[in-house]
Amino acid sequence: MALKIPFYPEGVAAGFPSAADDHLEQSLDLHELMVKHPEATFYVRVEGDSMEGAGMQTGDILVVDRSLQAHPNSIIVALLNGEFTVKRLTVKGKQHFLTAEHPAYPPIEISEEADFQIWGVVTYVIHRAR
Amino acid sequence: MSSIALVDCNNFFVSCERVFDPSLIGRPVVVLSSNDGCIIARSNEAKALGIPMGAPLFEWADLMERHKVHVCSSNFPLYGDLSHRVMRILTHFNPDIEIYSVDEAFLAMDGVADPQVIRDKVLQWTGIPVSIGVAPTKTLAKVATKKAKKRPNGVFTPTLDELSTILETLPVSDIWGIGRRLTRFLAKKGIFTAAQLRDQEDIWLKKNLSITGLRTAWELRGQPSLPFDEEPPAKQSIMTSRSFGRPLLAHEELAEALSAFATRGAEKLREEERLANWLQIFVITKEEGSAYAFTTLPEPTSYTPTLISYAKQALQTLYKPGLTYKKAGILLGDLVPETCYQRGLFMQNRDTAQERKAMDLLDHANEKFGYDILHFAAVGVTHGWKRKSELKSPSYTTNWNDLLTIRI
Repeated sequence: MALKIPFYPEGVAAGFPSAADDHLEQSLDLHELMVKHPEATFYVRVEGDSMEGAGMQTGDILVVDRSLQAHPNSIIVALLNGEFTVKRLTVKGKQHFLTAEHPAYPPIEISEEADFQIWGVVTYVIHRAR
Repeated sequence: MSSIALVDCNNFFVSCERVFDPSLIGRPVVVLSSNDGCIIARSNEAKALGIPMGAPLFEWADLMERHKVHVCSSNFPLYGDLSHRVMRILTHFNPDIEIYSVDEAFLAMDGVADPQVIRDKVLQWTGIPVSIGVAPTKTLAKVATKKAKKRPNGVFTPTLDELSTILETLPVSDIWGIGRRLTRFLAKKGIFTAAQLRDQEDIWLKKNLSITGLRTAWELRGQPSLPFDEEPPAKQSIMTSRSFGRPLLAHEELAEALSAFATRGAEKLREEERLANWLQIFVITKEEGSAYAFTTLPEPTSYTPTLISYAKQALQTLYKPGLTYKKAGILLGDLVPETCYQRGLFMQNRDTAQERKAMDLLDHANEKFGYDILHFAAVGVTHGWKRKSELKSPSYTTNWNDLLTIRI
């Protein structure tokens, strides 16, 4: 097995450390912000307008975390009758619904016998501005 | 007493496809090898139809069409990525895991966790169902995992009594490390079950099966005898190596040794009726330790001249004059059954002149009639199956252009 040794092409500076080093922090890393459970995190693209109210537009990428517990009002990727969908999980008493974020789409009740499964919880919506 | 778990993904490649295409759940599904030539994974439903592992596609195309078996070309970027995720999750339970293959890992369990918890976490986090067997040794854990696959909750931690009972009827061929050749040998000696092997005298075992066979018997008795390596040998590979009686210095001597290893490795391949997809040589020198050179083979093969040729080429890239070579070896990997490919054309029984003649004919025919003619003959009537990974699913987790798109 090959041994990997880090190589610093610019060379490593020797000598007195800079005073700034004491306050050195890592550069901001988007991956570190958005991906808390890398093994359980997947990306999907969406098409359609039913979740516009939640900031989702066609072409957007969702960060989906399968390790999270879905709570009421979580936006989830779910399988309903074997088809993928993205909706907000809402609860009214004992009833559970898949609720859209667009006036034209009524909530879908998830019955006890329904072929329903939560695939993952949406944590971020990535929208490209340019 | 030690406790080792073997975590084994169920029908791994198929399970990977099902994560992003749940319509495949509950249906017969097969996954094809890199050239779409043969079947390298089957769902339980496909197994129930009688489709064997390593089956050439063209032989089973009719049956699969009749039963609407879903066919996928292999999607190794996807499988590799999901495999990494599963293995990393296992390290949450114990950082010292031994990754045995793309879909199997051993985990030391002492006080670590409930196997059910492990299974549930892997399933929720990745969508991959795994089976977990827990036992005092790796060999016994493999036995337990096989049973775990049949259980609805997917885990099995047998008691010593339960293990004993299982070994009474478990055929030797099902024991980890006992291949076809050994099975035949043991049968001749009247040993058919794991229990019978376990109960043989140590002296007999050492003499007839060598230290490996002895260790297997110890493992069956519940004594851990296979080291928990950080770098385990690859599953599906054949290693042939030797330490040299006197250290070698010259390139020619080393080339000769590697040729001998390649020849022996090729023989072992043919004994097992399998072909190798890649070859790796290693050398160990007194001055610089070990060095490796890896090469894929143009096509799966057990043809000795080919393996010798590639081994020698690999050696060219490693050899340094002035060093003392203490040991060398060849690892042949990614083994597939011979039945995947044209049988008989490259079998060692032919002599090299005849072999060359056969290859010349092949080349000329292809030249004259176009590539498709003889290639077509090997793959058989296509029934609309396309060749060369045309049925590959998107690389959902490794390519931004291939993300799963959901209509919302």
